[in-house]
Amino acid sequence: MLYRENGQFKTTYAADQQIFPIAQDRWTILGILLIAFIAIPLLVDEYLFRAILIPFLILSLAAIGVNILVGYCGQITLGAGAFMAVGAYAAYNFHIRIEGLPLLVSILLGGLTSALVGIVFGIPSLRVRGLYLAVATLAAQFFTDWVFLRIPWFTDNSSSGSVSVSNLQVMGWQIDNPVSKYLFCLIFLTIFALLAKNMTRCAIGRQWMAIRDMDVAAEVIGIRPLFAKLSAFAVSSFFVGTAGALWGFIHLASWEPAAFSVDRSFQLLFMVIIGGLGTIMGSLFGAAFIVVLPIVLNQFLPALGGVFGIKISTAGVSHAELIIFGGLIVFFLIKEPHGIARLWSTGKEKLRLWPFPH
Amino acid sequence: MNIRKLALSASLCTLALTSLAPTQASAAAKDQYFPVLVYRTGAYAANGAPWANGYIDYLKLVNARGGINGVKIIFEECETGYATDRGVECYERLKGKNGGATVFQPLSTGVTFALTEKAPVDKIPLITAGYGRSESQNGAVFTWNFPLLGTYWVGADVAIQYFAKKLGGVANLKGKKIALVYHDSPYGKEPIPVLEELGKKYGFDVQLLPVAHPGVEQKATWLQIRQHRPDYVLLWGWGVMNSTALREAQSTGYPRDKMMGIWWAGAEPDVKDVAEGAKGYSALALQHGAEPDAKVVKDILSMVYAKGQGTGSKEEVGQVLYMRGLLSSMLGVEGVRKAQERFGKGKVMTGEQVRWGLENLNLDQKTLDAMGFAGVMRPVQTSCLDHMGSSWVRIETWNGNKWEFSTPDWYQADEKFLRPMVMLASGKYAEEKKLKPRTPEECKL
Repeated sequence: MLYRENGQFKTTYAADQQIFPIAQDRWTILGILLIAFIAIPLLVDEYLFRAILIPFLILSLAAIGVNILVGYCGQITLGAGAFMAVGAYAAYNFHIRIEGLPLLVSILLGGLTSALVGIVFGIPSLRVRGLYLAVATLAAQFFTDWVFLRIPWFTDNSSSGSVSVSNLQVMGWQIDNPVSKYLFCLIFLTIFALLAKNMTRCAIGRQWMAIRDMDVAAEVIGIRPLFAKLSAFAVSSFFVGTAGALWGFIHLASWEPAAFSVDRSFQLLFMVIIGGLGTIMGSLFGAAFIVVLPIVLNQFLPALGGVFGIKISTAGVSHAELIIFGGLIVFFLIKEPHGIARLWSTGKEKLRLWPFPH
Repeated sequence: MNIRKLALSASLCTLALTSLAPTQASAAAKDQYFPVLVYRTGAYAANGAPWANGYIDYLKLVNARGGINGVKIIFEECETGYATDRGVECYERLKGKNGGATVFQPLSTGVTFALTEKAPVDKIPLITAGYGRSESQNGAVFTWNFPLLGTYWVGADVAIQYFAKKLGGVANLKGKKIALVYHDSPYGKEPIPVLEELGKKYGFDVQLLPVAHPGVEQKATWLQIRQHRPDYVLLWGWGVMNSTALREAQSTGYPRDKMMGIWWAGAEPDVKDVAEGAKGYSALALQHGAEPDAKVVKDILSMVYAKGQGTGSKEEVGQVLYMRGLLSSMLGVEGVRKAQERFGKGKVMTGEQVRWGLENLNLDQKTLDAMGFAGVMRPVQTSCLDHMGSSWVRIETWNGNKWEFSTPDWYQADEKFLRPMVMLASGKYAEEKKLKPRTPEECKL
């Protein structure tokens, strides 16, 4: 009823090609952005910021990066955690070794370093694909684990391998309270999501998708696999590396290589698979599912038990959390193999036809 | 199921969720609130659970004895699974509840590192009894950290003293090889600077052999040990890594009496399954061992378990890790008691006041005896500059079915040697963070 595009005529090419061609979508997104930038900082308490919103924003950014590589270019990666680690430690080294380097520059340089490392580890993708490539990227994971655990230079010779940063500021804006951290991450995510969305709509994105759908055919029509694949690795690693730097600097403030273990790589891959391969929206859904759901379950179950007068032990809660979480993953994958983003778009389709669906 | 039903059920679920969501009880600060970070699941559950039970049982005992000068304790568990991010989430969730957390004890060096950055902002003290960062002993820089009873540097120093004693003097350490088999995490890496420094001083060789989390895969490590034949092996493991190391030592034929564990590798779960195979293996003891005969344990059995309010099973009361949790809990409670002496008896203390209490803790033998800790631990006295309070360590040996103190004598870490290292490391931290160490005048406040 409300969600209908009748009467919205496009008179220019620009209007036809905009990201959200339907007016209602545009208003919704604008509304969400307004809520995110203005309402949430005013309303939400510190716990939500620190425990849910900030990790959600940063991991969304990383998931977008992984989605570019896995969803758009079809190159499976199990090394996302490694690129996060490279981003975080590179940014850390720029931050402490170059006196007076602005925070933004450090973080972006961290992302760039990660992009370079990504290109190097993307080279095998020119020869191997599918599961074999996944194994090759796993090597990146173990390699970076080894580097940051064993080479003391990268961790500034800290005896325990744990590093920390403090006194973060951007042009006089102190990033020390949860609201400023949240806004800082939100600005990053907004800009990067817009970048990613546009990149996937232009020539380079179409090259990636051509490679994903059938690389031999893509080569025949004149797409260079070398360029397409390596650019996907570079862009993806840049996103993931930036997210890693944010994770270290903004979220943790003090971290060790274990923060970017192979578990993190799997988590990111699950996010894009559950959220929806090849969609930006899906990355956000996936991140929300993986970050928020376990925490919600963890707090909701004891309350639920309380309603029925049952006292669930701490161990019981965390076991139940894993069982329900795993069950939901299987459920979603069976019901909608294309991810939550697909549910979202099917929902939108239905709304358009409402009240007479066919 | 079609899409409509799915959407319907999803929205119903959300509705149910929001309506049932725990309504936060507003802060009625009549009770002292102790958040408890635990891990009863995951790879380290076997060691985390007894610690948590001891911690909570002691809080229950304090309540059964009438609270801290009449102030009752309330507590709440939060499961971290030994993961840093979940630990931080728990901290954020619990820190503001019920009028504010009294003290946090994360039982994980990784979580301690992360919380060290947050504690000064939230003004909540952090007790890390027998773990955490060693340089945080310097209270002038680490205002909110309390590595009470001992740090890993203390442990490393005492272990070398013990080896020297076995060899008949420090002079005989020259040319010896000592291997450190460690958990590859901030926890396992803590002792390395001290061992290397001591190696230079006494002329022995330190071999570093990291074991990846969770530590069930150690074949390669023990192959290296078989090749190099170190004179002693120092085991710095946690959880399943310890029993695996002992099994590997058994199958490699490395003599167990030349192996020495840190106090986190010296509890029942570490050796129970290896039983006879671990005979002769010794471990440092953070002052206490298994103490089933201590008065405080008997009190817990009679005042908590007899009423059916025990947290764990009756059999494990008094075991090594149970006692560690109990001691940790006691230190927190005594911090509150001390704070009440200054800020008002029978009142609820804030984190800031408890910090003062912990910094001026003075548990002499008489107090300990009165609390039922006779023979369990030695007196502890902290100060502004020394947040550790005691550097005494005992050594226990596994005889095949229980831990016993083979050498009744106590060891004390060499403060003259460790203090400069603590000052250097904490100074570096202060410089990095642009912190100004507290002056003696500020300490008095």
